[in-house]
Amino acid sequence: MAGQTLFEKIWNQHVVASPEGEPTLLYIDLHLVHEVTSPQAFDGLRLNGRGVRRPDLTLATADHNVPTDPISTPVKDPVSRRQLEALEENCREFNITVFPRGHENQGIVHIIGPELGVTQPGMTIVCGDSHTSTHGAFGALAFGIGTSEVEHVLATQTLPQQKAQTMSVTVRGKAPSGVSAKDIVLAIVGRLGTGGGAGHVLEYRGEAITDLSMEGRMTVCNMSIEAGARAGLVAVDDKTIDYLRGRPGVPEGEAFERLAEHWRSYVSDKDAVYDREIVIEASELVPYVTWGTNPAQVVALDGVVPSPNEFDDPDERNASERSLDYMGLAPGEPIRSIPVDVVFIGSCTNARIEDLRAAAVVARGQRVAPGVRALVVPGSHRVKRQAEEEGLDEIFLAAGFEWREPGCSMCLGMNPDQLGQGQRSASTSNRNFEGRQGRGGRTHLVSPVVAAATAILGHFASPEDVNG
Amino acid sequence: MKPVRVIEGRAVPLERSDVDTDQIIPSDWLKRVERTGFGRGLFSEWRDDPSFVLNDQRYVGANILVAGPRFGTGSSREHAVWALMDYGFAAVVAPSFGDIFRNNSSKQGLVIVQLAQEDVDELTRLVKEDSTRLVIVDVDQMQVEVPQVDWHRSFALDPMIRERLLYGWDDIGLTMRREASITSFEERSTAPTLEGVFDGAGHVIAR
Ligand code: SF4
Repeated sequence: MAGQTLFEKIWNQHVVASPEGEPTLLYIDLHLVHEVTSPQAFDGLRLNGRGVRRPDLTLATADHNVPTDPISTPVKDPVSRRQLEALEENCREFNITVFPRGHENQGIVHIIGPELGVTQPGMTIVCGDSHTSTHGAFGALAFGIGTSEVEHVLATQTLPQQKAQTMSVTVRGKAPSGVSAKDIVLAIVGRLGTGGGAGHVLEYRGEAITDLSMEGRMTVCNMSIEAGARAGLVAVDDKTIDYLRGRPGVPEGEAFERLAEHWRSYVSDKDAVYDREIVIEASELVPYVTWGTNPAQVVALDGVVPSPNEFDDPDERNASERSLDYMGLAPGEPIRSIPVDVVFIGSCTNARIEDLRAAAVVARGQRVAPGVRALVVPGSHRVKRQAEEEGLDEIFLAAGFEWREPGCSMCLGMNPDQLGQGQRSASTSNRNFEGRQGRGGRTHLVSPVVAAATAILGHFASPEDVNG
Repeated sequence: MKPVRVIEGRAVPLERSDVDTDQIIPSDWLKRVERTGFGRGLFSEWRDDPSFVLNDQRYVGANILVAGPRFGTGSSREHAVWALMDYGFAAVVAPSFGDIFRNNSSKQGLVIVQLAQEDVDELTRLVKEDSTRLVIVDVDQMQVEVPQVDWHRSFALDPMIRERLLYGWDDIGLTMRREASITSFEERSTAPTLEGVFDGAGHVIAR
């Protein structure tokens, strides 16, 4: 018999029941909750006289809606304010630990899980948010769910699920210097397309992946959903264990080491068989920028805006025409010549400490180009505090970046941080959909170092362009 | 979803046909984050009119709505069902219904009673004559009755919908049938919990 993939191991360990002719009932080890997709679920519980089965496996934070102004400023938008209050009230009523705006542990839901050490290998993790795939970097099966499913998990701590297929995504060899985790995942999404991962759980493998820090692996897993995949996974190794050691959610001393030994089993067996396999040569990777309105529309920073004629598929050709029109770009324009109005360094893709450090190295001693608004929005209060201890805030502020309070911010523009009509951004987030960052806004996805260099030169640029 | 076997209460005659879901709950209400509280928006275009039947003191507290044909057509918004239930209705009696509305109702446990036009007219007459009359909707027997005058009519229910209503099965309800399996899984599970990690205010407990 062939060995098991990492996905199959986690799946098999969480089957509560697999009734004939019905989906498998899967147990959920950790349910993360935020203010936007939960209120109707809590109301559903009340309406039906149900409770939360396992408040001790449920953790909530405010992130999508919070303004990034100083915490002392009240939330101006009454609808947002109400939603934030509702989260707190619901959590209080149902005995769920919650981190409201300004709380020392508050931050983007996919940043706080790992940094608090509550995201652990071998777990099943869900959240009413598609980027839950981020947690897969720890060898956990983590995926996004809808509001009725949020209610379902609150009530039963389980979910009926159809088993996904598996896809091995190997990034073979070493990535060239200057290629970040974001570039790796942009290349993968570009290769697979926005639907290429549909119905699959991706397992990222290969030297270029294992070489990444945990932060980098999270960046890669985060964007699995952009390829249409259900989840992303990276096998457990020493880095996983070292990252978690000493975090609040894990035991100490001997107990931790025993647990860590168990975690080492969360790797695919050597002879495991995947439903699909793709291989990407790391040596061919470069820094990337998206040019269109879906995250698979990727081009090298050194390249030019593609022409619709380059696409054989008529659908793709049409889509690229629409994208170019929306983005206000002409085929053949060198990417480096495109000026930006706004630079956003933030989001659950790239707002961890390592991302901010990388951007700060580029920003140190430089000035943001005139007319460019550049924001740095740390992913959590813990990230913000750590960055301040390291003096990163001063580097950014001295260079003319804004240093803001944590939250999702301009990743989705639900709070006041939005692009104006026709404004162009270089953004470290994960979605460049029409209007995602504000009505009529034009988003280009990039890595933190490209974002920082772009802020300084006012057009798309690499760190070498800044120093050279 | 709560099981519904028998609904006993009073009925309010709407005496309108073609009440679409936009009329049941106008679109401004869809911006709300809550799923409860839609009762305030129920028929909100009509509620300002003092002569509207829901403003008639005699029908306050009625839990069965008697309406004209093609009730609940139009937009698929489930908010219409939420609004009716939140207001206090447990059943709607009418000669015909919008399909999606009927389906949405079955998910939420709102009982749809379809009767012939003349039976609906008669029921309307009975509750207009005396608003205090007890009306019974029996899901198990698939009967609607006004015992005071010995009036009863049968109605049809899809067998699966009847089961779901009787047992209160929604997706969560269906999962609850596996309660024993869930509990035994939990007893075996060694997965960590958040117990002892955070205090009541969400601060990390020092060790
Ligand atoms: S940062 Fe963006 S992608 Fe991540 S959870 Fe927030 S809104 Fe979603």
